[in-house]
Amino acid sequence: MISFENVTKQYIKHKALNDVTFNLENGKVIGLVGENGSGKSTTLKLIAGLLRTTKGKVLVDGQSNVDRKISYSVAYMSELDHVYPFFTVGEAIDFFASQYNDFNQEKAEEILSFMKLQKEQKVKTLSKGNKGRLKMTITLARNVPYILLDEPFSGLDPMVRSAIVKGLIRFVDLETQSLIITTHEIKEIEPVLDEVLVIRDGKVLGHQLVDDIRCDGKDVVGWMEQLYEEVQIHD
Amino acid sequence: MPIEFQQDRPIYQQLMDRLSNEIVRGDRMPGDKLPSVREYAVDTGVNPNTVSRVYRELEQLTIVESRRGQGTFVTEDRMRLNQLREELKERQIDRFITEMKQLGFSKEEMILGLQAKTKEEGN
Repeated sequence: MISFENVTKQYIKHKALNDVTFNLENGKVIGLVGENGSGKSTTLKLIAGLLRTTKGKVLVDGQSNVDRKISYSVAYMSELDHVYPFFTVGEAIDFFASQYNDFNQEKAEEILSFMKLQKEQKVKTLSKGNKGRLKMTITLARNVPYILLDEPFSGLDPMVRSAIVKGLIRFVDLETQSLIITTHEIKEIEPVLDEVLVIRDGKVLGHQLVDDIRCDGKDVVGWMEQLYEEVQIHD
Repeated sequence: MPIEFQQDRPIYQQLMDRLSNEIVRGDRMPGDKLPSVREYAVDTGVNPNTVSRVYRELEQLTIVESRRGQGTFVTEDRMRLNQLREELKERQIDRFITEMKQLGFSKEEMILGLQAKTKEEGN
């Protein structure tokens, strides 16, 4: 389980997260949604141990104050490119296999062929979509309990987005893994989400099971719009 | 092929309906094995947890049964399947009647309309 206990993260003057408390259970697909600058990526980076809290605690499986050592149990896919351009696809896979003990080379091959990537292709000549596919391959090939994806769909065309969603369903094992995704492309990912956490201005605005949202006759976007309106009324 | 889902109902309920329809239509026969959870999740483009829930709820309704280590199967209890067929029929009829009433049609008009329509279609 991942727990945030009264977490504040402050960058100089700006509070990216402001006294936030929530729990994320294991074995689920969880969407962190919200506008740009709402604190989604900061949340993910805190779980990945890439940032430290200003106040409060982040616990991953009961271990508090996570640092980069947490990368043994957390696979984090950044929004930015993180594969050296001079590698071929095959070399990139080998490189990441050498960096992570939990890297499953067999699974990587399986995902590569699912994503229709060729090992001989040079990373620098890959299209944006294929770079996205390669990043996903590298992330999903790790046998870790937590997989964090930061904006996996941003800037990708619908075909690639749909390939990525299918890849998630096929290659993430929810009996042993949990998946946390930040996104604003909610429509695409909604059928795959168990629950949604809405973040706005560094605060958690809502945290619900998608089934429960739909029981009220709304989809996730409709529910968010309602939450936003309620906040504006109170402002 | 991933399915398009209605926005205002839980996905697991929509998948339960879909499987029930396939069973009543005979696309899935009594005793047929359903796809594995993961397979069906990939086919329909939904979360495997959702598919688990679909199978669990259908099992509670005794429409399917899970056999340890073998998977999930359409029940071979014909009585239950006939009952399911009736349930689906009634649900459609209720829906039809409700909407016709909202439009202000009388019972007689509904029946006459149905009779005329079925004659037209030749069955």
